[in-house]
Amino acid sequence: MGRIKIDNNRCKSCYLCVTTCPKGLIKKSSKTNRLGDYLVEFDDKNGECIGCAMCAKRCPDMAIIEVYK
Amino acid sequence: MQQVFSIPKSMKKDFKYTFCPGCDHGVAIRLVAELLDEMNLRENTICSTSIGCSVFLYDFLDVDCVEAPHGRACASATGVKRARPDKFVFTYQGDGDFASIGLAESMHTALRGECVSAICINNTTYGMTGGQLGPTTIMGQVTTTSPYGRNREYYGYPIRVAEQIALCDGTAYSARVALDTIPHINQAKQALKKAFEVQLQGLGFGFVEILSSCPTNWHMTPQEAHIRVKEEMIPVFPLGVYKDITTEKGE
Amino acid sequence: MAGSNEKVLIKGNYAIAQAAINAGCQCYFGYPITPQTEIGEYLSAQMPKLGRGYVCAESEIAAINMVLGAAATGVRAMTSSSSLAVALMQEALSYAASDELPIVLVNVMRVGPGLGYIYPAQGDYNQSVYGGGNGDYKIIVLAPATVQECIDFTYRAFYLAQKYRNPVILLADGLLGQMMEPAYFRENPYPEVDVSSWALTGAKNRDSRAIYSLGPDEKKQIQHIYNLFKKFEIIAENETSYEEFETEDADIILTAFGSMTRNIKAAMKVLRSKGIKAGCFRPITLSPFPNKRINELAGQGKDFLVVEMNMGQMFKDVKYSVGGQSRTGLVNRPVGEWLSVEEIVEAVENFMEKSYAASIQYS
Repeated sequence: MGRIKIDNNRCKSCYLCVTTCPKGLIKKSSKTNRLGDYLVEFDDKNGECIGCAMCAKRCPDMAIIEVYK
Repeated sequence: MQQVFSIPKSMKKDFKYTFCPGCDHGVAIRLVAELLDEMNLRENTICSTSIGCSVFLYDFLDVDCVEAPHGRACASATGVKRARPDKFVFTYQGDGDFASIGLAESMHTALRGECVSAICINNTTYGMTGGQLGPTTIMGQVTTTSPYGRNREYYGYPIRVAEQIALCDGTAYSARVALDTIPHINQAKQALKKAFEVQLQGLGFGFVEILSSCPTNWHMTPQEAHIRVKEEMIPVFPLGVYKDITTEKGE
Repeated sequence: MAGSNEKVLIKGNYAIAQAAINAGCQCYFGYPITPQTEIGEYLSAQMPKLGRGYVCAESEIAAINMVLGAAATGVRAMTSSSSLAVALMQEALSYAASDELPIVLVNVMRVGPGLGYIYPAQGDYNQSVYGGGNGDYKIIVLAPATVQECIDFTYRAFYLAQKYRNPVILLADGLLGQMMEPAYFRENPYPEVDVSSWALTGAKNRDSRAIYSLGPDEKKQIQHIYNLFKKFEIIAENETSYEEFETEDADIILTAFGSMTRNIKAAMKVLRSKGIKAGCFRPITLSPFPNKRINELAGQGKDFLVVEMNMGQMFKDVKYSVGGQSRTGLVNRPVGEWLSVEEIVEAVENFMEKSYAASIQYS
């Protein structure tokens, strides 16, 4: 089971992580950033995250600041 | 639980990228920062920065940086290296900077076999000024200065930078990589590492051209932009290693 | 060749090159252009022997940008060129001034505009003093008149560049560059300058440093430019230099810079022998310009006659400094044979006569 930490201050809502996560665990949030764009949230109720860090490697803004495996 | 990803130490504290959403510059800079960490180079590095979207590098990387005027990053890097041969010196440039206004400086730095590493971000357009036709704009591509698409009559052909640099005798390593998929990002890091290593080994000029997306000026979502890299750019600018003297026999 | 009191017969260009070595120039980057090519030739032979940097650059643009890079690491670096090719370097000079990089540029002037030709002229006064680059910046400009000064001013150029973190132009001309004269290489009289507070050497045991001129923050940019100009006021206060001969009792002061100074001194002697009270004033630093001193002398009622090989570029600065207190005249030729002693004497006599005629007219 893995875990990620998202820094909302860095997220620019490009949603590249949403399409990258092989388990589909990152989705659009109902919360917005300062520009009014919807942020993303990590939703892993069933503990499916494998800690592959693909989301962090894909994120152009290093908003996914920590990944654990 | 083991931490498998963290912000590289070579990034400035509390940095915040000023690039557009989905811009691959952020990924390229992270790869550089990770390598500076892994190769223990940060404290010995002097970077020659450029003009364009890549100009902001010194706001993000926690290394010594000297600004070069538009296109002259390789010349400036040559000066740094000749003055301080023991330092690790690299440039971080866009395609306009490296291959248009600065082509003479880039090419001659490669020809001299200057022991520096150069990174060229190719997004087929001038990003900072709002998406004009650049040296790498592909045939048929619509930009703000090629509203009917790039054609031979008015604009001529784009340059394939990695191939051209590979032709220079002083080049030790020249490769083209992309950032559109995770495997490509991993390959890009390996290529950058190699371009850094040939400098450290004193073998000559190390060069990596990175195919990167520009969702803003391509008028695409970040996801669509990566599809364009795959479907339109890579066929024109094939990925691969065009020169590597460490694997060539008889070199 | 350093620290010797023995005179050697040496060409101006070689003198500058050897002086640069003596001054601790660690890197030279250049591109050939007549009449300064000997500087690069000489250094291409010497620098590798000394283990210092030398690159035959692909262009003047590349050359000066290499100097920018080298200077940023705290070493003494220079390039040399001539008029039309110095024009290519103006962008980098603007960057260097804004980045506060201590670069030294030797300009051995030739004829312009455009390609012009290789014989000497003085048409780069404006290009050097006022600059051809963008924005507000100032450069220190030193103008030697003899091969001996080519040596001494090269030492000074490297020192001033690092002391004030400002680009310095050594403004010689084809005459000086190509002429052989006896000169000696004294020990570099200037102390080392500590560059450790800003030089780029890798961020070890300190914060990283960035040298750049990008100014998106309006307030910072305004302050930056004010700071540059405040610095230049200090430079003007400390470093403005000039030479005066027999100005005390002079009615008319001949003014010239660089090589032209040689003939005005000779003309002054001829004029004195004819009973005309002539003096000489010669700015050594063209920037900062000695306008205070000219203003003082003009305030004593002394007329100024500017003698130069251009269309009156320094004339404007002299006239501005005189500030209407006395008359300012110009004797010049844009290019060609340099104004002879006879021509200067004749010009002074005409100028004095006009003054007399004018006073009759208004009396």
